Amino acid sequence: MDELLKVSSNPHVRSKVNTMGIMFAVVLALLPAAGFGIYNFGVRALFIILVTVVSTVLTEFLFGLYKKKQTIGDLSAVVTGLLLALNLPVSIPWWAAAMGGVFAILVVKCLFGGLGQNFMNPALAARCFLLISFPALMTNFATDAYTGATPLAALKAGEEVNILDMVIGKTAGTIGETSLIAIVIGACILLLLGIIDLRIPGSYIVTFVVFLILFGGHGINPAYIAAQLAGGGLMLGAFFMATDYVTRPITPKGQYLYGIVLGILTGIFRVFGSNAEGVSYAIILGNLLVPLIENITVPKAFGKGGGRYEK
Amino acid sequence: MATLTFTGGIHPYDGKDLTKDKPIRRVLPKGDLVYPLSQHIGAPAVPLVKKGDRVLTGQKIAEAGAFVSAPVHATVSGTVKAIELRRVVTGDNVMSIVVENDGLYEEVEYAPALDLAASTREEIIERIKEAGIVGMGGAGFPTFIKLSPKKPEKIDYVIVNCAECEPYLTSDYRRMIEEPEKLIKGLKVILSLFPKAQGIMAVEDNKKDCIELLKKMTADDNRISVKALKTKYPQGAERQLIFATTGRKINSSMLPADAGCVVNNVDTVVAIYYAVFEGKPLMERIVTVTGDAIKHPRNFKVRIGTNYHELIEQAGGFKVEPVKIISGGPMMGFGIFELDVPTTKTASALLCMSEDDVSAMEPTACIKCGRCVEVCPGRVLPNKLMVAAIHGDEETFLKLNGMECCECGCCSFICPAKRPLTQTIKSMRKMQLAKKKK
Repeated sequence: MDELLKVSSNPHVRSKVNTMGIMFAVVLALLPAAGFGIYNFGVRALFIILVTVVSTVLTEFLFGLYKKKQTIGDLSAVVTGLLLALNLPVSIPWWAAAMGGVFAILVVKCLFGGLGQNFMNPALAARCFLLISFPALMTNFATDAYTGATPLAALKAGEEVNILDMVIGKTAGTIGETSLIAIVIGACILLLLGIIDLRIPGSYIVTFVVFLILFGGHGINPAYIAAQLAGGGLMLGAFFMATDYVTRPITPKGQYLYGIVLGILTGIFRVFGSNAEGVSYAIILGNLLVPLIENITVPKAFGKGGGRYEK
Repeated sequence: MATLTFTGGIHPYDGKDLTKDKPIRRVLPKGDLVYPLSQHIGAPAVPLVKKGDRVLTGQKIAEAGAFVSAPVHATVSGTVKAIELRRVVTGDNVMSIVVENDGLYEEVEYAPALDLAASTREEIIERIKEAGIVGMGGAGFPTFIKLSPKKPEKIDYVIVNCAECEPYLTSDYRRMIEEPEKLIKGLKVILSLFPKAQGIMAVEDNKKDCIELLKKMTADDNRISVKALKTKYPQGAERQLIFATTGRKINSSMLPADAGCVVNNVDTVVAIYYAVFEGKPLMERIVTVTGDAIKHPRNFKVRIGTNYHELIEQAGGFKVEPVKIISGGPMMGFGIFELDVPTTKTASALLCMSEDDVSAMEPTACIKCGRCVEVCPGRVLPNKLMVAAIHGDEETFLKLNGMECCECGCCSFICPAKRPLTQTIKSMRKMQLAKKKK
């Protein structure tokens, strides 16, 4: 043997899954929703998606130049850009979309230490930033195809909504939130690949339904509940944003608790709030509670306190 | 029957096909044999021979240095060449007896077989103690201590760890296929020490033929049952094994005996057979020589003290240049930097790989994906423990049950950011354990 041997501490093997692979899978899972958004709202939706993705990746690239460490290869900026676009109305001016991308990456992610250190979901924080800064632009859902309000707004105003349209996604709304089918296909991809599990989406949705039954004012009304579930950003939020690794609790019990918190917050915002929508705010508020949730849900170590058998 | 298991764990590439169908081949050493005086947990053994002495195969050449210790025996006949520091697999230099092999293999006269029915408990345990038997699965804890709990009548289960969950290793598998009767007789010896105990042979279900064979051979014995475990690493870790087979849980500060269990590895139980029925001390073990860099991977019956170079030679040498050589399996073994080290009582495998996963991967930021938490058989939070360890934050480390980590390596294996979780946590644990001792 002429070459020196490599020495390291055990274990000496690693799984093939890496961060980039996970992010790539998330991008893949978002494509059905993005694709439907483009089909539903036209080429401008594609343009907005490109604007946000370019702005998030470019921001991370420039910050990487400044820090002398490039991280765009992990694709997390692409995920943020894509998620942000799916949460914007198609009519938004390109500069506002780009500004959202810069805010998400620079302020929410990079300034707090980069990937893994942000305490809020960057895409959602950027959406909320835009909602507060440019409320008119962010709630203008009128397009050539749809002149009316979003189904949730209509529902809140006491109007009838067409649930089949909502399931397919032929309604007004943000680019990626309208089609229940497209989102569920994406969610199935994530579930099958083991990227996410049902703890958070499951407890979130179940809690939300229970909240609606108790406080929604419609009792057990399947049409109302179905419309609430299919409408707005609930499904996109539950499967793609509440499950964001960085900003959700890491403890298994904490994940259930987090889902419950999100369900209650979403319920409060949708039922009692002035807006029809409430998922984004619920999730970023939930994000803030994560350290607390993790602290109170530290799992019991294997065999800890297990002195069940006398010595 | 549903297979038994625990929560967590991983499924790494197992590489067992390389060696599992090839019969064990005996290797007789040619060169010098090196016997480190510390091949076990506890005090080093104390030499009974000096330079120039002639020793015989099976002769005790070092005696136990304290209660927790084990004697060492010569495995060839020859002359003591030196008693000096020699490198072992961990990279440490350990005081060792070096014997020049005369190639005659002259043996001492072995003690006669013990009649179990006519022997006392103490006689049997003394025989096992004098045979220098230690846990051959890797830890090297003196076996006679395991077999002498304070209250033997409280032992409900004697478990033989036939899981062999470590990837690439097939030494236990071959032993079970080729010498099942010795394994079963060895188990019966242990059972004779614990009159109330049930014997359990716990085998991972990737070894269906073993399960069938052992079941058939123990069908008429109502004290022994064969249990199938789900194939998953670390199914053979002591705490997980006890839980899977009995539903009892122990933590880091408890011994298996606290849960009414005694756990021994396959090779250890076979060594007990040899000690009790053939009077032979622990002289041989099965070593899997494998990996994609080895020309003819297979299992060898190796005399303890044999140089690793000889094992590689026996396996046909290298097919390609190895980049990494591991003594033991890929999850728990030691990466070694030279082959000039001896086979010890705890060396289960020699794994030679043409690629190194670890150095090929650069650690990146933790994305808190939680995979480490999901796979951790100790049910702790590896990512948080790693942060606490890096910061030297003892309080948080202990509060988050850092001492309950069993260093199995699942977290490092699964981490998509390729962070050295196990390694960092292990360092912190070692520091804490050292502190406790002071």
